[in-house]
Amino acid sequence: MSGPPQIPSQFQPPIVSAPRKSIWPFIHFVPRQTHFNFVGLAPYAAILSVLLVVASGVSVGLQQVNFGVDFVGGTKMEVVTTGAAPLGQIRGLLAGMGANDAEVQAVGAGGAAIQFRSVTGQSADAAPAFVQGKLQAQIPGLKVTGISEVGAKVSGELIWGGVEALGVALGLTLLYIWFRFQLQFGLGAILALAHDIVLTIGFLSITRIEVSMTSIAALLTVIGYSMNEKVISFDRLRENLRKYKTTPLREVINLSENERLSRTIITGSTALLALSGSVLNPASALFSLTATMAFGILIGTYSSIYVALPVILLWGVKRDDDEPAAINFQTARR
Amino acid sequence: MLALSRWKIAVVLISVIYGLLFSLPNVLPDSVLAQWPGFLPHQRLNLGLDLQGGSSLLYEVDTDALKKQRLADLQEEASQELHDAQIQFSGLSSTTGVVALKISDITQTDAAATALGKVGGTVQGSGREVLVTHDAVGNFQIALTQAAIQQGVRNAVAQSIEIIRRRIDLLGTKEPDIRQQGTDRIAIEAPGESDPQKLKDVVGQTAKLTFQMVDESAPAQAADTVVPPDDEVLPDEEKGAPFLTVKRRVSVDGGMLTHAQQGFDPQTNYPVVEFRLNGAGAHRFGQVTSENVGHRFAIILDNKVIEAPVIQSPIIGGQGQISGNFTVDSANQLALLLNSGALPAQLKVIEQGTVGADLGADAVRAGVTGLAIGAVLIFAFIILAYGLFGVFAALALVVNLLMMFGALSMTQATLTLPGIAGLILTMAVAVDANVLIYERMRDEANSGRAAMAAADAGYRRALTSILDANVTTMISALIMFSFGAGPVKGFAWTLSIGVVTSVFSAVLVTQLLIGWWFRVTRSKTLPIA
Repeated sequence: MSGPPQIPSQFQPPIVSAPRKSIWPFIHFVPRQTHFNFVGLAPYAAILSVLLVVASGVSVGLQQVNFGVDFVGGTKMEVVTTGAAPLGQIRGLLAGMGANDAEVQAVGAGGAAIQFRSVTGQSADAAPAFVQGKLQAQIPGLKVTGISEVGAKVSGELIWGGVEALGVALGLTLLYIWFRFQLQFGLGAILALAHDIVLTIGFLSITRIEVSMTSIAALLTVIGYSMNEKVISFDRLRENLRKYKTTPLREVINLSENERLSRTIITGSTALLALSGSVLNPASALFSLTATMAFGILIGTYSSIYVALPVILLWGVKRDDDEPAAINFQTARR
Repeated sequence: MLALSRWKIAVVLISVIYGLLFSLPNVLPDSVLAQWPGFLPHQRLNLGLDLQGGSSLLYEVDTDALKKQRLADLQEEASQELHDAQIQFSGLSSTTGVVALKISDITQTDAAATALGKVGGTVQGSGREVLVTHDAVGNFQIALTQAAIQQGVRNAVAQSIEIIRRRIDLLGTKEPDIRQQGTDRIAIEAPGESDPQKLKDVVGQTAKLTFQMVDESAPAQAADTVVPPDDEVLPDEEKGAPFLTVKRRVSVDGGMLTHAQQGFDPQTNYPVVEFRLNGAGAHRFGQVTSENVGHRFAIILDNKVIEAPVIQSPIIGGQGQISGNFTVDSANQLALLLNSGALPAQLKVIEQGTVGADLGADAVRAGVTGLAIGAVLIFAFIILAYGLFGVFAALALVVNLLMMFGALSMTQATLTLPGIAGLILTMAVAVDANVLIYERMRDEANSGRAAMAAADAGYRRALTSILDANVTTMISALIMFSFGAGPVKGFAWTLSIGVVTSVFSAVLVTQLLIGWWFRVTRSKTLPIA
């Protein structure tokens, strides 16, 4: 593993790939310095973002999101069978007769609890009898021992507690970013996060993905990843603002984003790869969860560049910022 | 930063050993674990309902008890209203399913009807809560309407669900499912535990706490001792008499508590429950205790007297302690129950059993396979991208996984399928830390710095970004943990563990490996530059 001798010069032109470099590791082929005009595309991105936010709002307004049994409750049917309950068969039959959000659980030795939100083509009153009839016709010896309405798993307090927690967390994050960077950085981050949350909810609404308890986890993960992106981006920007004190802000932003582009690509790919195994298999129990997360990763990366930074660009930054909080070049250089 | 200081090596080694020890029970067969020496950890990961099923409890709100309790309140109100209207009456009772009484002077019938018309509240959408009827000789009856009973049950179920959730959350992150079933039932499912005794302990107890004065003039011998109408006879759990007569009037109740915690009595050193009252409660308590110095008051939990001390001096300030016959555990449990509030009605267990996993075995398998593929892809990608340094990052990731599983097993947090997806994403963020470091190294090397200096500076300069990003995540996680409920809390816990272990492994572990590599190879170039 040997590279070319280093030329000790600050002005060495960026080298994309030098001779005598091996193919592996392929990081050698990732350009070290690119010159994309990120800021130049910002007006178009702004239009795109507004359109997406409006589309999300319209979709949520018109068709809400597809709340699953966790949120709206449904019908619970307890059955006993001769011998161990054929859970797989019951699950298949339920899917075949159009039961929505069906869940089948083993209960004790020879029983099962079946739960569904509704049955396509059946009224709420007729659905339980319909399901019972179909199951008894297909599985000899199956008896229904109880039918009852079940309420939602997600209660009002749970939702409001969660929203409140999220609100306080975002508020404190804003304060922390204000303290570590500047106020406009924090506001940019919060606006970008709001953008991500709205778009992710819009994604759930448009795709009709069933919103369950796990969707809450997906949304929180998206927020966490997105916040990570923003802070990394701000960090580079702050560093370059101190380094190039007279360069116009839009150029510093462009430079910073180009500098961290290889990291953005590698980290983004890693995160998407981590989810790919589940996203590409719709039969997986995690499909809706990981699909939402993958969407959120893309949106979070996008909004770091095209929502958070434009807010900072429009607002402007203080350039006489010399607090020693961040990188200390003198120490680093020694 | 690349210097191989002893403390760094020690810290990393100790963490790896701890991670290994605490993760190990998860892969050992039961037979080996049974012979495991006692000082080694035995706890396995606590898998959620979706993955392994658990125990289920079905509770029913005791409608009769609820009705009785409401009638007792109405009886009190009726007595008060008639007193205010200066109407004499007799035979006030609520034992027959209605509040019954007879007014002494028939000419006051209309006035009594007006006064009793004020008793009770309204039911949403169907008028008054009670129906007042009377006959020609002055017998009055106050009955609850069907709609009122139904609303009472509905409210009791809704309130109970929130209180139960709060109680279970206070037990730790168990991630139970709690939901209404039918009109008056509450179904609870909790992962793991084949015998949900602990669950039953905290769910089943009403935890209604009241402070009432003791009626010292009427000592009770048995439960059916006849006492004045303002008094009641309650079983006494303190040593001494088996029963105690107390005033019906409640001086202070559990709703006025702001906080309760387990503590120790400064004199006897026995476990006690310390409590703090809110403003109104403190005021009432202060007033009652100053008027009754030298007399006894009773602390009553779920209609049993747990303590009846003599008031030595007025208790102002609203702080006090309860010293029944507690162990540290039972004092803690009572504090937990008092903090989460009393159930509005008694709950009866009507079914108890076990349930299988929520998700089908095939769905779980597909999910786990997908995540495993994801994890393998992360390893492959990072090694392909960064070569030898990628291998170091991959090793750090293994340490990270060990520590995460160890910490999750140790704290017995519940791991659900979405939780696992969250963990995989935590791995991606851990990789991000290494990517940041390596990209900085490349920058430094390309601007002409020698290999080792570039590597060193890479760590130094990436650290600010890494810390800023992770502190932000940690703030959110901690807030969600302390404010959130149910699954939000569990998620936040997993996230906080992931943040700590990923920063540790991505920064410290790779640092040691790279430092050691430079020492061995004396390389003058950076393999990733």
